[in-house]
Amino acid sequence: MQTYQARIYVTLRPSVLDPAGTAVESGLRHLGYDNVAHVRIGKYVELTLTAASEAIAREQLDRVCDQLLANPVIENYRFELTELAEASA
Amino acid sequence: MKFGVIVFPGSNCDRDIAMVVRDLLQQPTRMVWHEESDLSDLDVIVIPGGFSYGDYLRCGAIARFSPVMQATVKHAEQGKYVLGVCNGFQVLTETGLLPGALIRNRDLHFICDRVPLKVERADLPWTQCYQPGQVISLPIAHGEGCYYADDRTLAELEEHNQILFRYCTTTGEITEDSNPNGSLHNIAGLCNRRGNVVGMMPHPERASDSMLGNTEGLKLFEGLLQGAMATVG
Repeated sequence: MQTYQARIYVTLRPSVLDPAGTAVESGLRHLGYDNVAHVRIGKYVELTLTAASEAIAREQLDRVCDQLLANPVIENYRFELTELAEASA
Repeated sequence: MKFGVIVFPGSNCDRDIAMVVRDLLQQPTRMVWHEESDLSDLDVIVIPGGFSYGDYLRCGAIARFSPVMQATVKHAEQGKYVLGVCNGFQVLTETGLLPGALIRNRDLHFICDRVPLKVERADLPWTQCYQPGQVISLPIAHGEGCYYADDRTLAELEEHNQILFRYCTTTGEITEDSNPNGSLHNIAGLCNRRGNVVGMMPHPERASDSMLGNTEGLKLFEGLLQGAMATVG
């Protein structure tokens, strides 16, 4: 078995308004960052998992995201997977 | 007619619902802990407002996986009644019993207010004690009550008359100004296509006791009782 580090990014679908992002954008502009635009706030989740292969780990992560970490009605997700050096027993 | 009021860790309107159905309407009522899985004795399941499981991750996201919600899905599939109010509405959308999702209010604030609502249809047990097009006033109290669904889902909801309540002006006009939270199509409450599952952000249970000055919410529960009796009879 191999242990993997997953970094999961959950973002609002482009069609969903993000009033919090708009408020942050406005705050940044107040600070003088006139060149900032399109602020969108999402979620970031880290976890580790053990699996027999990277393919299996990816398949499982897809299910985890579809079932709980993201709501497909309003959110998209993507993840990065890296193999941890230490194999778990 | 037997009512069950689901209690999640973090529910806070459960006793208000029980007060209405048990005390005001004299119906057998039991509180249903979230770990229960046998709901076969119940006619109506009410998912109350609050912050189920702390609303971690997303409102209602974790409640969806509780044993009681698995049993609620079966209950709904049998055509029995399910009502979700506020957080209960969020749980129903997360569970997939109702379409769409409830996201952060347009203006970010938590809103605690009384708002006018237009009753869009009065041919369901839930709304039969109202007149179609009637404007009622109910309390709202939420931070994530902005109804969202994609265009296709919205078109389907409209086509099948699944929208029961819309935010409106005191004279019943559906305008952007009378939309407190940015909900698409001013949706405040809707039902599934079969009509046995209803979710709404406004709190009918907080407008049921005449001591509180408004009983326009009680009619929803009364309609349900009449409808159920008609069906049984």
